[in-house]
Amino acid sequence: MEKTSGVPSLEALDLHCTRGERTLFKGLAFTLRGGELLRIVGANGSGKTSLLRIACGLLEPTGGTVRWGGEDVRRLQEEFWSRLVYIGHANALKDDLTAAENLRVACTLAGIGARDAQIVEALRLLGLSGFERLPVRTLSQGQRRRVALARLALSETMPLWVLDEPFTALDAAAMNCVQDLIGEHVSRGAAVMYTTHHEASITAAVSLRIDLEGS
Amino acid sequence: MLAALRCVIHRDLLLATRRSSDVLTVLLFFVIVVSLFPLGIGPDPALLRTIAPGVVWVAALLASMLALNRMFAADHADGTLEQMLLGATPLGMTVAAKVFAHWLISGLPLVLISPVLALQFDFPQELLGVLALSLALGTPILSLIGAIGAALTLGLRGGGALLSLLVLPLYVPVLIIGAGAVEAAASGLGGQAQLLLLGGLLVFAGAFAPWAAAVALRISVE
Repeated sequence: MEKTSGVPSLEALDLHCTRGERTLFKGLAFTLRGGELLRIVGANGSGKTSLLRIACGLLEPTGGTVRWGGEDVRRLQEEFWSRLVYIGHANALKDDLTAAENLRVACTLAGIGARDAQIVEALRLLGLSGFERLPVRTLSQGQRRRVALARLALSETMPLWVLDEPFTALDAAAMNCVQDLIGEHVSRGAAVMYTTHHEASITAAVSLRIDLEGS
Repeated sequence: MLAALRCVIHRDLLLATRRSSDVLTVLLFFVIVVSLFPLGIGPDPALLRTIAPGVVWVAALLASMLALNRMFAADHADGTLEQMLLGATPLGMTVAAKVFAHWLISGLPLVLISPVLALQFDFPQELLGVLALSLALGTPILSLIGAIGAALTLGLRGGGALLSLLVLPLYVPVLIIGAGAVEAAASGLGGQAQLLLLGGLLVFAGAFAPWAAAVALRISVE
């Protein structure tokens, strides 16, 4: 995947986040370069999701900036977003559409043109063979999560992945599969930022960790 | 980018066909409201003919307001909206595609059925075209204006009532011009002036409303 080499770095400068009356974190700074894996840890309500949303440019920080290749992500907009994969708490699936239709919509919105065969293959990788043509309504929570995460298998060329609790509701096999996907992506030279409460063992050359408790 | 827009429209239409009760509710509301007037007012052809344009237009306006809440709510609830916000396509374009799909689902059926309903009012046949045309130009404006309101009130408790208060004043000019076009045509003056005005409004709303709604969505999702 040549496209991901020479990945611009994601820099957070002096981030400050207040939700309501509560200050979640302030003076937070980090740099995430290509080939690095960043795990955000912290208790419930410590601001992990807010931090990820700020990093994506979905949420405006109370203070500070997030830069991608030296430019503010909220100014770059589509230029940044077309290179980002964000998988949030919500699976972003439509109950009335099938797994394959949902995956195709997600990919098209993200600007990834995926052929039918690739979509079937991605679902197979996540252990969803035979479920492609079923409405998502009929799937279990874990299977829905797998459909949402199947996007990762088609996002090899995206230089930044931001994953919010990717392992929620997954069984051991699916968790291993997603960990492998993340590990491979980092080894390709892309950057991945994630949160999890699970004991994840992802192999990466550079593994960073931010603890929101301490700040 | 065109692929993404086609995909959004296709997805919304697909969802509408799989959940057709939502579409039918709006259409049924329109049919019922319009049909109740002749029953309530009584068989006075001259009076019915006079009130027909106003009744059809008011009913269309209320019906299209009924559908507004749903424009972004489902996408907001299941997280798809976040993905649209972070998509590779400029959000204004995505919103425009969504509004177009919304109009196809909730506005176009009203336009198509309006000539049939107008027959209950002993409405002159040669004016049915003007009525349908005024609705065809006017209902997309209602959807476009409504999109801004729906985006602003997204995720608010009691957003429905607020949404009506927000968009109603903006709907009034469209109602006056739209119903006015049919009345002018009925009185023999010809409704071209009003129809042209509606067309102008549609172009204006089409160019600006999606971007305003996009900004409102970004604020709502924070």
